[in-house]
Amino acid sequence: MNIFQQKWMTGLLLAALAVGALAPMLSGVAGFPQWLEVVLGGLMSGVLYSLVALGLVLIFKASGVFNFAQGAMVLFAALTLVRLMEKMPFVVALAIAALVMVAIAWLVERLVLRPLVNQEGIVLFMATLGVAYFIDGIGQIIWGSDIYTLDIGMPKEPKILLEKTFEGGILVSMEDVIAAVIAAALVGALALFFQKTGTGRALRAVADDHQAAQSIGIPLGRIWVIVWSVSGLVALVAGIIWGSKLGVQFSLQLIALKALPVVILGGFTSIPGAILGGLIIGLGEKLSEVYLGPLLGGGIENWFAYVLALVFLLVRPEGLFGEKHIDRV
Amino acid sequence: MKHTWKWKAAAAALALAGGIGAAQDALAQSKEIFVPVLVYRTGAYAPNGAPWADGFVDYLKLVNARDGGVNGVKIAYEECETGYATDRGVECYERLKSKKPVAVNPLSTGITFALTEKVANDKIVLMTTGYGRADSVDGSVFAWNFPFLGTYWDAADMLVQEVAKKGNLKGKKIALVYHDSPYGKEPIPVLEALAKQKGFTLVKLPVTHPGVEQKATWLQVRQQRPDYVFLWGWGVMNSTAIKEAIAVSYPRLQMYGVWWSGAEPDVLPAEMAAKGYNAITMGHSAEKDRPVHKDMLKFLYDKGQGTAAKKEEVGSVLYNRGMISAMMLVESIKSAQSKYGKRVMTGEEVRWGAEHLNLDAAKIKAIGFEGMVQPVKTSCMDHGGAHRGRIHTWDGKEWSYTSDMLEANQKFLRPMIEASAKKYAQEKHITPRDCSKEK
Repeated sequence: MNIFQQKWMTGLLLAALAVGALAPMLSGVAGFPQWLEVVLGGLMSGVLYSLVALGLVLIFKASGVFNFAQGAMVLFAALTLVRLMEKMPFVVALAIAALVMVAIAWLVERLVLRPLVNQEGIVLFMATLGVAYFIDGIGQIIWGSDIYTLDIGMPKEPKILLEKTFEGGILVSMEDVIAAVIAAALVGALALFFQKTGTGRALRAVADDHQAAQSIGIPLGRIWVIVWSVSGLVALVAGIIWGSKLGVQFSLQLIALKALPVVILGGFTSIPGAILGGLIIGLGEKLSEVYLGPLLGGGIENWFAYVLALVFLLVRPEGLFGEKHIDRV
Repeated sequence: MKHTWKWKAAAAALALAGGIGAAQDALAQSKEIFVPVLVYRTGAYAPNGAPWADGFVDYLKLVNARDGGVNGVKIAYEECETGYATDRGVECYERLKSKKPVAVNPLSTGITFALTEKVANDKIVLMTTGYGRADSVDGSVFAWNFPFLGTYWDAADMLVQEVAKKGNLKGKKIALVYHDSPYGKEPIPVLEALAKQKGFTLVKLPVTHPGVEQKATWLQVRQQRPDYVFLWGWGVMNSTAIKEAIAVSYPRLQMYGVWWSGAEPDVLPAEMAAKGYNAITMGHSAEKDRPVHKDMLKFLYDKGQGTAAKKEEVGSVLYNRGMISAMMLVESIKSAQSKYGKRVMTGEEVRWGAEHLNLDAAKIKAIGFEGMVQPVKTSCMDHGGAHRGRIHTWDGKEWSYTSDMLEANQKFLRPMIEASAKKYAQEKHITPRDCSKEK
């Protein structure tokens, strides 16, 4: 498939998705307010998926490693914070939890990545698998495996908007709105960091070629510590938001699985891709569950996200915004 | 080479030590009753699985420590982690069955489905207190299954009875938010039959494992506006469901969970916001002050031998359920010993004991469970033994009973049980026992 065909197919796919998203309302299956509630709910979920996907993209961008341990890092960060909060104020606990995540980044670089410099991507991926199991186990050994309540003052009750215009109004979860704003701010800050700072440019250079980056004096070890630290801090923010919604518990790390179709769709190296991918996946899975679910027996949102990602993969293997990989022969 | 004799001597000593060890194991086994304990202390379901496992193991420890075993016969046990996964559960069962267990409690309806055929061949009793196949109440077909103290069909019927007290159900809508697994699907046939009989609409909303993402489900609840929501979840699915109900402003007072959706880990993440949430119980809630709890603290926790990390867990809903599940096992062994003598029992003998249980109120009081277990009388026809429950409601801090005792309508359920059991017997080529000839 040449580049024009591919662009044409991608446009067609996006148009089909847009039509699919509007279909329930246009066909009269759903009223506008109900449809809008589902769309808003999907977009809010999507922003949260983006937040986890962002951690994956950061590490992949800087080191070419698909970090399977991102979910375990989310859980570990949240567990550390919530258990420390039992003994100290939130701000102090947050600062210590952030330091712990930086310490983990340093340890991962020292003990796992450094001995594996210039190894194949699959070797590094397998190493992160080991890191995931280790962090997962040690987290539960140190902090326990109960459900811990994390209350950071997020509003739990929703707001009903336009009650006079539409019967029953339009429900908006304020917790989701605040989470989305935090996630959006974080994404913006990271985008600036990557584009506008020297360290950000060094990170991108390392992502392009480890050896070339080293040859021009970029300290690989330090860059990896930085990127794993940033990823750890993103995991902490994701852990706080998801932990506040679900309670801090083992299942938080399963949320990371939601980030996989997001990065497939958005591209492994693109921050805007992670955002747009998250929104498409969030929107797609909610609309499919509510409007297609009843026809297919329900419970389809999990696999629907992967099917959506698979369709994109067939048309555009590098994702919407991913870098096209060209091998010279 | 001159050290060869030393290696040979060392090898011989090792072999001898191994032989002695094996002989001691065999001797110990012949004096003890072995029970595998299938648990999940890690993974997505650990917050609910761990307190059950603690209660189960603690009761076995208590019987050994306080009574010197069951009529002098100690109970040996070994935990195996299933992670609530059917394949791992079957693997645990296969690994531990070589130790000749008398009974197994898998704490998973999925694993129960997988083991139902195996236990009949292996002659191991499958005890499923408050879970498992509802049709396995019919002992004429399911000789080795014992769904003690209530099935999901009982629970579904009692929940409908409870909401019917609040007004005629004709024209009403009930949404079933269920774990998309054999466990979650189990009440559907009964709820569909009741919907037809009572004229309400049943809306089925499956939630995929593990249930951390339910926004779409609860948006459907908001759009469908059901009069009641029945929650058939487990683990993180329960607390997520309650939080999502709050997020769409669905009244907690109109939510009713099955007994696996009505424990502390389910409501604590939402705390006060979960106030008013109801669940059917199997007759027990979070009682902490019965003689069995006092014994538990005295014989185990005060000596640092308790299984739970914190002694405050003793008396929580799931801890109590684990304890009751172990108690049903111990009483089945006692029942078997009353016929076969006070010695180590076989699986077949314990099966007879489980089928002839008669725990009246006086007996229940004597073993320290007064008010936590309804009288149990099992038979070949009824492997459940009791089909009662009552509603408890979360007040923001603790559970309290808010209904009278309910009894599942066996006149309605029994024909369904027998039809389902008959179908199973035909599929598996089982010749049902004639219960009138069983003694």
